[in-house]
Amino acid sequence: MATTTTTVPSAGPVAGSRSFLSRLREGDEIARMITFLFAASVVLVTVLLVVELWQGSVLARHKFGFSFFRTSVWDPIFDQFGALPFIYGTLVTAGVSLVIAVPLGIGAAIFLAELAPARLSDALEFFIDLLAAVPSVIYGLLGVFIVVPLMRDYLQPGLKKTLGFLPLFQGPAYGVGFLTAGIVLAIMVIPYIISVSREVLLSVPRDQREAALSLGSTRWEATWKVVVPFARGGIMGSIFLALARALGETMAVTMVIGNNPIVSASLFSPGYSIAAVIANELTEATSNLHYQSLIELGLVLFILTFVLNGLARLLIVATSQRGAGMGNA
Amino acid sequence: MKRIAGMLLVALAVAGVLWADNALSITGAGATFPYPMYSKWFDEYHKQNANLSINYQSIGSGGGIKQVTEGTVDFGASDGPMNDEQLKAYADKHGSGILHFPTVMGAVVPFYNIPGVTAELNFTPEALAGIYLGKITKWNDPAIAGTNKGISLPANDIVVVHRAEGSGTTFCWTDYLSKVSDEWKTKVGKGGSVNWPVGLGGKGSEGVTGTVKNTPNSIGYVELTYAESNKIPYGNVKNAAGVFVKATLGAVSAAAAGAAKDMPDDFRVSITNAPGKASYPISTFTWLLIPEKFTDTAKRDAIKGFVKWALKDGQGYAESLSYAKLPTEVVAKELKAIDKIQ
Amino acid sequence: MNARLHWRKFLSAFMLTMTGVCALISVSVLFFILGYLVYHGGASISWNFFTKLPAPVGEAGGGMANAIVGSGKLLLLATLFGVPIGFFGAIYLAEFSGGTTAFIVRYAADLLNGVPSIVIGIFAYALAVLPFKHFSTLAGGFALGLMMIPITLRSTEEFLRSVPKALREAAMALGASKWKTITSVIVPAAYRGILTAILLAFARVAGETAPLLFTAFGNRFWSNGWNQPTASLPAMIYTYAIAPYDDWHRQAWAAGLVLLGLILIINIVARAILSRGIAVPRA
Repeated sequence: MATTTTTVPSAGPVAGSRSFLSRLREGDEIARMITFLFAASVVLVTVLLVVELWQGSVLARHKFGFSFFRTSVWDPIFDQFGALPFIYGTLVTAGVSLVIAVPLGIGAAIFLAELAPARLSDALEFFIDLLAAVPSVIYGLLGVFIVVPLMRDYLQPGLKKTLGFLPLFQGPAYGVGFLTAGIVLAIMVIPYIISVSREVLLSVPRDQREAALSLGSTRWEATWKVVVPFARGGIMGSIFLALARALGETMAVTMVIGNNPIVSASLFSPGYSIAAVIANELTEATSNLHYQSLIELGLVLFILTFVLNGLARLLIVATSQRGAGMGNA
Repeated sequence: MKRIAGMLLVALAVAGVLWADNALSITGAGATFPYPMYSKWFDEYHKQNANLSINYQSIGSGGGIKQVTEGTVDFGASDGPMNDEQLKAYADKHGSGILHFPTVMGAVVPFYNIPGVTAELNFTPEALAGIYLGKITKWNDPAIAGTNKGISLPANDIVVVHRAEGSGTTFCWTDYLSKVSDEWKTKVGKGGSVNWPVGLGGKGSEGVTGTVKNTPNSIGYVELTYAESNKIPYGNVKNAAGVFVKATLGAVSAAAAGAAKDMPDDFRVSITNAPGKASYPISTFTWLLIPEKFTDTAKRDAIKGFVKWALKDGQGYAESLSYAKLPTEVVAKELKAIDKIQ
Repeated sequence: MNARLHWRKFLSAFMLTMTGVCALISVSVLFFILGYLVYHGGASISWNFFTKLPAPVGEAGGGMANAIVGSGKLLLLATLFGVPIGFFGAIYLAEFSGGTTAFIVRYAADLLNGVPSIVIGIFAYALAVLPFKHFSTLAGGFALGLMMIPITLRSTEEFLRSVPKALREAAMALGASKWKTITSVIVPAAYRGILTAILLAFARVAGETAPLLFTAFGNRFWSNGWNQPTASLPAMIYTYAIAPYDDWHRQAWAAGLVLLGLILIINIVARAILSRGIAVPRA
């Protein structure tokens, strides 16, 4: 919607756009300038943030170059810093969380969009949005006191007994580790998947559904084979959003991941994530290189979430427009 | 409505300004090792000097060194003395030096949570190094069982716990391991923050204690008071004279006896693996890191006053919290050194 | 053919039931969390908790009075910093700007929104702590305010835009200047949505911990004025939860309940306001 500097015939005999002076007098130009300053400050602050991340990591970037992403050693004594364990941990925990949250989330979204009567759907959506509002540290609190003992005493031994032949489920059961962090993250990102997917599913034009049903498909087939594929882009978008959230989570992860920078095939192993190591080590990184390596990690995280968020938005918008465009065939 | 909001805002702003002028607040940060002691001290001192609150945040010795160097806190605290490089970095940044003031002494104990075992285990230096190097992986390994005949140790995997962040406790622990194990010295080295071969990272002494308390078959290293106040069993360690010594305050003082006589002027000294039959081998001083020059005279005088109090009255609180008092020679030397703070 | 049809029908019923199960699981997690917090936190909430300062390590009987006040101060600062920028910036976007500028500003806001809170913490540490050489409530408020900006901006813009064109045109026809239209017609019409946006942004940052670790730092005592480090509820929860003391655990539960209760109430109120619909002056 374009702004309205339309020509308005003023009260006097002079027609055409109002002069700069008259706009100034009536406060419009000042208002425009002031609000412009505020809007510009948003851009300024964002640019400043990126610059700060870039400049703040210059030593580390020059010293390590791309090997930063391949090295596993994080040694403050010998000033050797490699990001691999943290990137690995961040990706693995996010991956585990998606494996759990995506089926649950999409399933719930399908229920809310297709099956539930409108009022129930809205009511449940309300509660799920509340779940999204729970702060990270509270998830951490619950993680430490509920999930970790559950993992250590029941889930991990259970998985070991049944699926222990897989390298994924080997090693001692600490309670903390990649799997635990992934589970806590899954709970945190489900609301995002559900609310966005539900919206996207709701925006699929009715005739798609009706056409499928009229051709004799069951409700499930209509949903799964017609509606969901139509909304595929938006659902992918919601997954990217959830992924971006999971990657950036700090408190809940550092409280349950074990804080050990290693790369391990086992999900039972303690690990580390980018956000967790920054939270733990930033205030005490004595050497300049240590500090700047942490900033570089922050830069990596920033770029990752930036790309994912961008992709997510593109997908979601594209799908909704597609739905709207085809609406009234 | 708008007017009310406006007046409220103005009132708040005024209150904020007025409120700000009231009392003196000093911020310090650093070691978690002496935190129970310091939190008691600062609380007591605040009771006696209501206009002064010393806010101490236990973020780890590494954080203490870094933040006092950055100048974001008024003083630091560490159980690993600043090395020459760090001292130089401080001097370069501020144009003046930083002083170490030992406050108490403590012991770093190997504490553990083994189901069914409440006895005090005997640990040799080789056993400790082996566990932390990841070479000794089970509790019933001969290296441990050999010195603990009569105690049945399970065949469970050892869960190693260490500090996640830069820590003076880690410095003391790795300093000791470097002295008793060449392999540790070359592979890992000593420092506040090392590249741990194995283990879970706990945040602060509190985090390590919490992790050991909640994780069966775990072992960690922490200041004596944390193990004692949480009733977690800790082991005896074989000292340089070949005796298995329990970490008692007497044993810590014995370890410091030699150093007390030859205390260097800057008070930076290591007392790990000290000679003597009664010495506990993993003992350490803990220091306050106080800048030589203060621009704010009120803060300077407040800190000097506190240090004097800590060296005299403060020592009285140490033993009930499982810290050893400073040797009298060291106290005397420090009282003289306080005048260096300008 | 009959068998196949039966299978398909069965599959349909089964899968759709499964989706219902998924929804049930997702929603019940919320109730479980709430229930657990109420159970553990409720038992630990005491007069001490709200009025006392933290006690020395290991001693019982301390409270979180300073953390509650600290969180209040931080959130106040965050609102004072973030809301005006978001609000006026949104007015610019909705009423004054051209296509390219609007695109850039929106893009920047979305970028800022997606930045992980720990990275915001790094930024605030570098900008508001290091140069001033101390941790402070102001730095913490700055960090939190940064996080409030994008939410406020985008939501406010949306609600401003959703005000019907007819209203704008009517105001213009009556000779009102742009600014007058905005202040007397458009903003009042959209005020419900704007208020909701502010409340939601507030609730979002109320629970943030990571940025406060390097800005507000922490304080065992009362924090005077705005230039001292300060305790905050989320940071205390973090510190107490990972420590070994049972008394601290109890306090962490209580704090968790207070914090979550506050956030949920704000969310519910915000949504209630919004559900009453955009206020449109009667014809």
